Amino acid sequence: MTAPGEGLARFVLKPLVLAGCLAPFAWLAAGAAGLGGVSLGANPVEEILHSLGRWGLNFLLITLCITPLRQLTGWVQWMRLRRMLGLTAFFYILGHFLFYVLVDQGGDLGVIVEDVLKRPYITLGFTGLLLLLPLALTSTKGAMRRLGRRWQRLHRLVYVVAALGCIHFYWQVKADVREPLLYVGALALLLGWRWWKHRDRLSHAARAPFERAA
Amino acid sequence: MIIRQSQDVRPSEITSEGVYRSRRAFLAGIAGTGLMAAAPDVLARALASAPPAPSPLRYTPNPRLSTTERQNSWEEVTTYNNFYEFGTGKADPADNSRGFRTRPWNVAIEGEAEVTGSFTLEDILRPHPLEERIYRLRCVEAWSMVIPWIGFPLGDLIKRFKPTSRARYVEFTTLLDPQQMPGQRYPVLDWPYVEGLRLDEAMHPLALLAVGLYGKVLPNQNGAPLRLVVPWKYGFKSIKSIVRIRFTADRPRTSWEKALPREYGFYANVNPGVDHPRWSQKRERRIGSGAFWDRQPTQMFNGYADQVASLYGGLDLARNF
Repeated sequence: MTAPGEGLARFVLKPLVLAGCLAPFAWLAAGAAGLGGVSLGANPVEEILHSLGRWGLNFLLITLCITPLRQLTGWVQWMRLRRMLGLTAFFYILGHFLFYVLVDQGGDLGVIVEDVLKRPYITLGFTGLLLLLPLALTSTKGAMRRLGRRWQRLHRLVYVVAALGCIHFYWQVKADVREPLLYVGALALLLGWRWWKHRDRLSHAARAPFERAA
Repeated sequence: MIIRQSQDVRPSEITSEGVYRSRRAFLAGIAGTGLMAAAPDVLARALASAPPAPSPLRYTPNPRLSTTERQNSWEEVTTYNNFYEFGTGKADPADNSRGFRTRPWNVAIEGEAEVTGSFTLEDILRPHPLEERIYRLRCVEAWSMVIPWIGFPLGDLIKRFKPTSRARYVEFTTLLDPQQMPGQRYPVLDWPYVEGLRLDEAMHPLALLAVGLYGKVLPNQNGAPLRLVVPWKYGFKSIKSIVRIRFTADRPRTSWEKALPREYGFYANVNPGVDHPRWSQKRERRIGSGAFWDRQPTQMFNGYADQVASLYGGLDLARNF
């Protein structure tokens, strides 16, 4: 017996979302290779670096939309997309870091270590990546089973990572903070929703015994 | 009936240069959509977005004050710009400045000078023969270009207005016109943009007022119709679309200094030894040059130390960044 919409989620939605996950990467790869008329402008290194970071943050926030979507629509199949979206976020953020190390800084370890230690926005970004690493490593079904209840607690780190990502973006811009503020706003909404739901649950739990008694 | 066919007309003569230049974008647009049915629409867009062909200028090259390094292409110089009045993205100035009107244009001369008042751009430019100077431009964001500017020495203009003995600084102001400059509708900076130089810096022979590049009238996104070029300082000192020049006794408060005093100082001399608080200034990426990942060492005063270092004798450049 299958849950309602399982086929739709597994065989239609998931492949579509996967294509969406890879599309920005394909676009950047085409631009870097000079294919298909894709242009990355006069400073392709900067464009690729910033795009990878921005898409990493985009996919983090999209991943955080899954739970509210499930709660709002009542359709549990959304959950099938969560791991893929989370791993996509990790993929872009790791790519952003590797591109910074290997291409933007040309592998100059001295500069990179100095950046990570001396420049707060890079320190924060790097911390975010380090915190994301255990989440990516424990994203398998096996790890979920082994960790049990601790898995969920561990994966709440994603809220911290998303916050670090937003601050990293905010501190990086020169003067125009409108775009990073948009991300901060979106994150506030997503976390606010969870907080509100959590309070709701607590008050229900508190009321429940009386309801049962009545 | 005789249909004459001229054989000696080159395509570049019948097609305006802007459209001619955009032919690749046009072809890429077709390839991108993959829908030939959409071609007329694509063509219409390509035509609408084609910049007007800039007119050529008369000038003499100045090889003595020019670098022989490889010049950045017209495409690079005119599509990768920091001109926040037209938006903070690098492509925004080219996209948003198409309709910008640079005529009529007046420049107000004010402050501590014997000759002051409002001058038309033609009045400002008339006595000055134009020359071409190929300068390095180092942005505070750690990228750089090599640009063939057309202009004349700022010092020659300043002499015409006879600054008084009280004048120690020159302050420049960009046009304030949120109607035409959409970037000014948001307080990203305290508009209008203000920059300044010490009078002796302004009188230095390398300080240039530019009206063109690549032998043509300055495109709007590069600061038309009149901009400053100070090659030994970070790019943000080279203020664009100037409408006011004021001689002052006190040091002007410049826009970036006002916005983020910890990060941007009044002097803003290119200096690999003084990092921006958020990134290193030791190296720079030369746009469109070398391998994709190359950075080259940044030179003191952007390589103009022999000419300008004497301006800063006794000044602590780490404090006065």
